Amino acid sequence: MKYESQKIAFAYFLTAMLLFIVQVSGGLLAGWIYISPNTLSELLPFNIVRMLHTNALIVWLLVGFFGAAYFIVPEEAGREIHSTKIAYYQLAILVLGTLGAVVTYVFDLFQGNILLGKDGREFLEQPLWVKMGIVVAALMFLYNISMTVLAGKKTAITTVLLIGLWGIAIFFLFAFYNPHNLSLDKMYWWYVVHLWVEGVWELVMASILAYLMLKLTGVDREIVEKWLYVIVGTALFSGILGTGHHYYWIGTPGYWQWIGSVFSTLEIIPFFLMMVFSFVMVWKGRRDHPNKAALLWSLGCTVLAFFGAGVWGFLHTLHGVNYYTHGTQITAAHGHLAFFGAYVSLNLAIFTYAFPMLKNRDPYNQVLNMASFWLMAGGMAFMTFVLTFAGTIQTHLQRVLGQYYMEVQDQLALFYYMRFGAGVAVVIGALLFVFATLVPRREIISAGRTTALNPAE
Amino acid sequence: MREVMTKTMARNIFFGGSLFFIIIFLGLTAHSHYQIVTKTTVAMPLTDSVARGKRVWETHACINCHSLHGEGAYFAPEVGNVMTRWGVTESPDDAFAALKGWIEAQPTGIAGRRQMPRFHLTDEEIRDLTNFLIWADKTDTQGWPPKDSG
Repeated sequence: MKYESQKIAFAYFLTAMLLFIVQVSGGLLAGWIYISPNTLSELLPFNIVRMLHTNALIVWLLVGFFGAAYFIVPEEAGREIHSTKIAYYQLAILVLGTLGAVVTYVFDLFQGNILLGKDGREFLEQPLWVKMGIVVAALMFLYNISMTVLAGKKTAITTVLLIGLWGIAIFFLFAFYNPHNLSLDKMYWWYVVHLWVEGVWELVMASILAYLMLKLTGVDREIVEKWLYVIVGTALFSGILGTGHHYYWIGTPGYWQWIGSVFSTLEIIPFFLMMVFSFVMVWKGRRDHPNKAALLWSLGCTVLAFFGAGVWGFLHTLHGVNYYTHGTQITAAHGHLAFFGAYVSLNLAIFTYAFPMLKNRDPYNQVLNMASFWLMAGGMAFMTFVLTFAGTIQTHLQRVLGQYYMEVQDQLALFYYMRFGAGVAVVIGALLFVFATLVPRREIISAGRTTALNPAE
Repeated sequence: MREVMTKTMARNIFFGGSLFFIIIFLGLTAHSHYQIVTKTTVAMPLTDSVARGKRVWETHACINCHSLHGEGAYFAPEVGNVMTRWGVTESPDDAFAALKGWIEAQPTGIAGRRQMPRFHLTDEEIRDLTNFLIWADKTDTQGWPPKDSG
């Protein structure tokens, strides 16, 4: 680690990993409620569990992005972070807001209060004071990072990263606009939700990935950065009008069916390019970086994002298909693999890359970390498959034959059992990841015979 | 790729193209905003009661079990067309009675069945929620959902 202020990332990554565990535990509980619906039904109803699951996910991914920026920017800009103090205050505000939101949700405090009570629009349930805190924290962060970049070297990686992070803050402002007209509400709600995950988050993702490729493979910066611009170009060209695929059935005009279908189909391109990019860089690269686990997560990220966000997204994005599948378990299947592949894996990749430096130890192969990758990736893939089957049956019974919702759900029980099993694997993988990142200081499995035999091969 | 395009070209295409698509998108949303306000949601006036009903819907986080126009959680039935399913879109009093009866019967406590929590709503809140759901039901959603089952 070249710069002292990169240490800020340590506190951010720890917070993110803690919330990651909260998130997957909440998910496991929600999965259990699907197969044993009376569990906690009065103490902690499903809607609250789901809020914890989704909100924890969003917050930890963002905290991870912030930490990643604090880790990457000093190296790229060639100077220390403008102010370490601001960075720690920012984290304190985020932690306070998160705790406030959790307590408000769980005990349903101040129900109906405009400032203090939860605001029940999906994913934007945070009380108003927490939303304001998020804006304050985001502004502190952007000020801090922008000052660092402006005073230092400007690379394509920091430029794209900054645009992505500024975009996150700007689009979040639509969270404060909640018109009485439900259709208007929904239309602008997607400005936050879609333009985040299928817009500016992809910029953050691509730039972090470019940084990792630069470090892990040693390919020329010139080549990496050209790829980066092409990838984020295709991401925004397809993603912005791709928002149309959420405007099919919410009271918006019919022309969105064509715009949404065409442009959201193109949304597969940036994910395909990211996958090709990472593999080409590894093939071309001459550097044999010792941190194989970080490489595994980076490559795994692009493959899983291509399937989860790209292929599973395309699966139900055409309006003729979406007419039947909209809001079924198909959507849940896509959501899980897309978030895991694109954003969870990306965060875990940069954690895996950074932790040996932050903890001042060797970046050995990290067998345990790699095992956690296969556990989580396998679990999520299996979960996606079973939910896709559940969604296919649900679509046919409910949307084609017109059977009632609960009648159909009762017939999907088998899939929900399998989903829970997959969830167990993911949670074990997540715990193993945290252990592997924080505890061992040298390789647990000795290199053994294979290495000894290498010279003879 | 070196022959096809330089880094500067790639960067310029990224900035120019993104700006182009943002402008188109903003234009289309402005048009959609106008269409929503003047055409697709005018089957029933957006009264204060409807607005209060939306707030009832939000403060109890209904969206984290149910879906509304297909968006939300997938744990409980779609409610964007629940009034059609109950056949009460044209009779607000029947709709109110049906919704009140439903809400006050929860939770059923039946083993192995998904439980809806008991929400302690006043009659006025239930009436507002009823009006909100009827209003939502009357939105022109391009023929979605395909069946009344939601």
